[in-house]
Amino acid sequence: MKNPLRENVGGFFARNNVTILFIVLCIGSYIASGTSMSYLLPELFTRFGRNAFLVLSLLVPVVAGLGLNFGIVIGAVAAQISIFLVVLWGFSGFGGLMLCVAICTPLAILFGWLIGKLFNSMKGTEMIGGLVTGYFSDGLYQLLFLVILGGVIPINNPTLMISTGVGVKNTINLKDNLKYALDDVSMLTVIRVAFYVVAAVSVILLIFRIVKKQGLKISSLLKPLVPLAILYGASFIPAAKTFLDTTRLVLVTAVEIAALVTVAYNLYLIIRKKAINKEPGVPKKELARIGLMVALYAVTWIPQMYDAMMAVHLPVLTYLCIGALCLFIPWFMDTKLGQNMRTVGQDRGVAASAGINVDRTRIIAMIISTVLASYGQLISLQNIGTLQTYGSHNQVGLYAIAALLVGGASVNKATTKQAVLGILLFHTLFILAPNAGKALLGNAQIGEYFRVFVAYGVIALALAMHAWNSKGKKRKAPNEVEDGSMAIPFGL
Amino acid sequence: MEPEYILQMEHVSKSYGDNLVLKDVSFNVKPGEIFALVGENGAGKSTLMNILFGMSVIHNTGGFEGDVKLCGEKANFASPNDAMKAGIGMVHQEFMLIPGFTVAENIKIGREDTTPTLASRVFGKTLEKLDREQMNKDAKKALDTIGMNIDEHVKVAGLPVGYMQFVEIAREIDKADIKLLVFDEPTAVLTETEAARLLKVMQTLAAKGIAIVFITHRLGEVMDVAQRIAVLRDGEVVSTMKPEDTDIVKVAQLMVGRKIEKMVDDSQVPENLDTAPVAVHINKLYVDMPGEVVKGVSLDIREGEIFGIGGLAGQGKIGIPNGIMGLFPAVGDVEIFGQKIAFSKLGDALHKGVAFVSEDRRGVGLLLDESIEDNIAFNAVAVKKEYLTNFGLTKLLSRKKIREHALNMIKLLDIRCTGPAQRVGSLSGGNQQKVCLASALTLHPRLLIVSEPTRGIDIGAKKLIMEHLVKLRCEEGVTIIMVSSELVELRSICDRIAIVSDGAVAEILLPDAPDADFGLAMSGARAKGVR
Amino acid sequence: MGATSIKKTIKNFGLPRIIIFSFFVLLMITAGIINMDVQSLMGDVIRRWGMYGILVLAMVPGIQSGIGPNFGVTIGIVGGLLGALISVELRSNDFFAAYASNPTLVAMMSILVALVLAVIISSVFGILYGMLLNRVKGSEMTVSTYVGFSVVALMNIMWLILPFRSQTSIWPIAQEGLRNTISLEADFSNVFNNLLGFYIGRTYIPTGLLLMFFLLCVLVWLFTKSRIGAMMAAAGTNPIYAKASGINVNRMRILGTTISTALGGVGIVMYAQSFGFLQLYNAPQMMGFSCVASILIGGASIRKARIFNVLLGTFLFHGIMAVALPVANNLIPEGNLSEILRIIISNGIILYALSKSKEEGK
Repeated sequence: MKNPLRENVGGFFARNNVTILFIVLCIGSYIASGTSMSYLLPELFTRFGRNAFLVLSLLVPVVAGLGLNFGIVIGAVAAQISIFLVVLWGFSGFGGLMLCVAICTPLAILFGWLIGKLFNSMKGTEMIGGLVTGYFSDGLYQLLFLVILGGVIPINNPTLMISTGVGVKNTINLKDNLKYALDDVSMLTVIRVAFYVVAAVSVILLIFRIVKKQGLKISSLLKPLVPLAILYGASFIPAAKTFLDTTRLVLVTAVEIAALVTVAYNLYLIIRKKAINKEPGVPKKELARIGLMVALYAVTWIPQMYDAMMAVHLPVLTYLCIGALCLFIPWFMDTKLGQNMRTVGQDRGVAASAGINVDRTRIIAMIISTVLASYGQLISLQNIGTLQTYGSHNQVGLYAIAALLVGGASVNKATTKQAVLGILLFHTLFILAPNAGKALLGNAQIGEYFRVFVAYGVIALALAMHAWNSKGKKRKAPNEVEDGSMAIPFGL
Repeated sequence: MEPEYILQMEHVSKSYGDNLVLKDVSFNVKPGEIFALVGENGAGKSTLMNILFGMSVIHNTGGFEGDVKLCGEKANFASPNDAMKAGIGMVHQEFMLIPGFTVAENIKIGREDTTPTLASRVFGKTLEKLDREQMNKDAKKALDTIGMNIDEHVKVAGLPVGYMQFVEIAREIDKADIKLLVFDEPTAVLTETEAARLLKVMQTLAAKGIAIVFITHRLGEVMDVAQRIAVLRDGEVVSTMKPEDTDIVKVAQLMVGRKIEKMVDDSQVPENLDTAPVAVHINKLYVDMPGEVVKGVSLDIREGEIFGIGGLAGQGKIGIPNGIMGLFPAVGDVEIFGQKIAFSKLGDALHKGVAFVSEDRRGVGLLLDESIEDNIAFNAVAVKKEYLTNFGLTKLLSRKKIREHALNMIKLLDIRCTGPAQRVGSLSGGNQQKVCLASALTLHPRLLIVSEPTRGIDIGAKKLIMEHLVKLRCEEGVTIIMVSSELVELRSICDRIAIVSDGAVAEILLPDAPDADFGLAMSGARAKGVR
Repeated sequence: MGATSIKKTIKNFGLPRIIIFSFFVLLMITAGIINMDVQSLMGDVIRRWGMYGILVLAMVPGIQSGIGPNFGVTIGIVGGLLGALISVELRSNDFFAAYASNPTLVAMMSILVALVLAVIISSVFGILYGMLLNRVKGSEMTVSTYVGFSVVALMNIMWLILPFRSQTSIWPIAQEGLRNTISLEADFSNVFNNLLGFYIGRTYIPTGLLLMFFLLCVLVWLFTKSRIGAMMAAAGTNPIYAKASGINVNRMRILGTTISTALGGVGIVMYAQSFGFLQLYNAPQMMGFSCVASILIGGASIRKARIFNVLLGTFLFHGIMAVALPVANNLIPEGNLSEILRIIISNGIILYALSKSKEEGK
């Protein structure tokens, strides 16, 4: 007799071997490095804020069957071009950032369209193609920034340009213009703007529905508006105002709020299920969520963790953007277009015979990915505060892809959960590796090389395992057809 | 008002180049009728369906003559998508399903139900949200219609193979106004009980007024469910009849029947063939070749014999030589001139005096980018280490010997080319096939296996190759196994012909056996009777 | 008539090659116009031809055996570097002291030792690497690229901790860890370049280097004309055909990969002797790309390659690099124009070949 539990556990380990290995590595290097949580956590959350958007931008092409998009470098390039222009024109702050978005969106759409076109002509070799395209675009980017700007297009700006007037300087300091442009938006502003926007949209919808003589569906409109209005109203209470006027949220507070909201919401769900709808059975999902949040809250009572978590200041709007993207991607995958992408990703032949325009769908996936990557690079750079003109974009693809894979994603399957877990694990190791290397081998350099090796190694491993498995499957298929048709009796 | 006919084919003719594949084909299908199209491979069934669906193959080769009418109106579809939109559905032999999707998602593929969202109002319909509830409901309804009790939430990957066909059918009938359904060999991969279930489903659908075109070679099934049967042979409809007016033997005869034109003079049959020693002894051979599975074939072939293996495509005849040559996993005993072949040892058959001309000329038989001479000599170089010359401590290919031999072969087999250095890929099909034969002959085999030697080549080359096979047997005593779908050719040069059906030998016939015997053996009816 | 035959010639020669060839000629003419020393430039072109040639030659057995352009040639390069380092280490331990009377002989002996070790180490790596590639058929290019990168990253750690002690190899102050660039002045720097070298005008011909390059080309060419070579090529172009001829395709692929990797090892030693330095750490990372680009420029595709492609491709690509650097510096001193050019040309040609590979497969 086989033990199903043991099989399950074994299967779980086999499926998540990279992730588990990484957890072990992270714990090991945490112990070895001798660093404290109050060093690790703030670093980790800073890096999470910088990289999450970039990693999440990889998801759509994976689903659409284009594999890991090594071409997100090109999205980053679009972002950097827009930053250069905005800095050159002297804009700054949140408005400057919005201008960056306005410039880099069409650029990224154009680039994404071009890459999509290119990838359609090299189906099956998109990943190596994407890598080479990244290098190729880096060449064009250097040509633009080192030779054309100043050399062909005269630019008179000694802070940005190399002293000879030809070519852009190695680093562009964003301190006085774009640094923290997104991070420094206060909660109050966010709530106010959100309230007005939602209110405006609601009014427009209401008018639209009256004109079209559709049902008014006021309750659906009020759903998002009411909590926002409550929050907005609360901001007039002086104590709440001072709290909401800040731009950073301490992690402990964030956890407390999240725990409170989650517990309340899930209790509401349970009550609705049991008391109003009278559904049978134990509401496992809801209880699990409550348990998880309570556990998370309990962690804040560990003194060490409390200190560490008090040291983490989350930039509110940035994290809201990341959260919104985390919600957007599953929502998008459940639309018609998303379903088309899944179909194309699974089997191009079936998709085509079902009347789906395969090439077009793939191009759209690339455009979405490139645009998101460019936003990701904007978020990352506004937090870092300096643009390494010739370096910032280079390793973007490598680290984002490695992080995604560490979370348990593969070439043809990736979820937001895996992305989030992957970023946390990968960057934990990234922060700890130099210290661990120094403590273990007396050489911080070894730790640094080790993390680069890990990034490449994880990708190589994932690619090899994917190729390995898909080959095995192909060989098996005919057998299955034969045995299956004979072994399984018809009926039921 | 309901039209009298759903589908009308009127005087349809089609040729690929000089090759006339459909000659003045006319038939029509009424609503609620199961109309069977039977015929051998190459009779023109698939070309007919390609025309119906407006496949690009047809448009790219100059279209067709005659009319296709759907519900009385002329239809000339630009693409299969247009055909589907017009209400024609196809149930494929291979499953067009996505294993990772649920049954409902597969049924609704490309036609998902959606509800509008805020984003879809701004950016267009593609951002509408999937209405999974509606999709599941429709899927359930379609499955109920065909009497299948499958959970629509289950992923297709977890379904037994026999169910997949039904998911495909459900997908077709879920389409809004499906008028005509084409079943292309739907029972090929099903077990008997599953096939019986499928036939019942077809009848249910027909009862709802959907017209059905049923393409198959299983005559038994045809007799059971079809209202009318059209027999297609060499691109012509030779007869259209009702099952009650005929019987299975007659249909089989019509399917095969034609005069045997002796293409080649084979009067010099060696004496005492039936007492000659056994050259090839095959015992319970199983071969796992996708699409051509062999399930237990036993044969004895005598020295100096030309032995034919016939049968319809997909029945396993091709699997036999490929298994012997070790190209696909095989189990069983094969002895060649008393020596047992070890399947685990790559190329063992080659080393034991067997040469093979593959049915897949361009894929397996030739290196298309290489020259004629290299193709001819390669096997002998690899297997027998011939055509080499000493160069210091090593041996290199001897261009001189290779050239000499290639020139001989070109003359012997009349290969039309600009010279031995011409690229094989640029030769015509017939001349490519001659190169394949030359390459096999270069091995000086005792047993030559030729698989589909005349597929897709012109009549002159066909004749020459057949003549050469006969000559080889007479002059050099080579034993020959010829695997072919072309019954005429098998019957014109073989001494005995084994007909393979469903992976096993249905019957071994003499070339002058009656047509009906061949027809029945091929359609599987005989195998059942024997069992 | 004339137009069509010209078109045909263009098609045969390939548009990218025509563009690159014209560019090369253009650069040469520009160099002449701006009064640069064209003759010594030509010498530089020839030196780089021989210097990079063997690394590019390593692509041929890879492509012929069906693994495609070997982006993972870096594995062989690492093996070659190890071989050279061991040779340096031996020299510092007075291993070659017996020949000390003749410095050329010492250099000769030390490079021979380096070459032999390079072949041995790289071959071992190559066999393992070939076994891996057999399990990832169809994705060789992606996998080999990242395996190559990983090996370079792993070796970065190794260079720090391997117990090499030669004073020319390690950091002088820390007394451990290998240097970024190691001078071969005391070892085999330029030994082949100077062997029978001579001047034509001001153009220096590094006879020994070229002879070595041509010798290896001839050996690889002879191999392709042998029975095993023909079998390997058949396994690469049509694995099913090869199987039908009784050829063990996997073994042939391992053979091709091993030869390719070993040539990579030999190639880097020859490169280093001509360059005068061993470059460790991240230096080999992108070498695979420039090798692939070179052979593609020479007219190879990702499925087909000949020795001629090596000769032509290396000459054009590295010729352009040799000429472009001084010309660009002369015209536009700002910016690293020739480096930008290298990136654009090498990656552009790879993209071109990849996008063409689908049509070719049909």
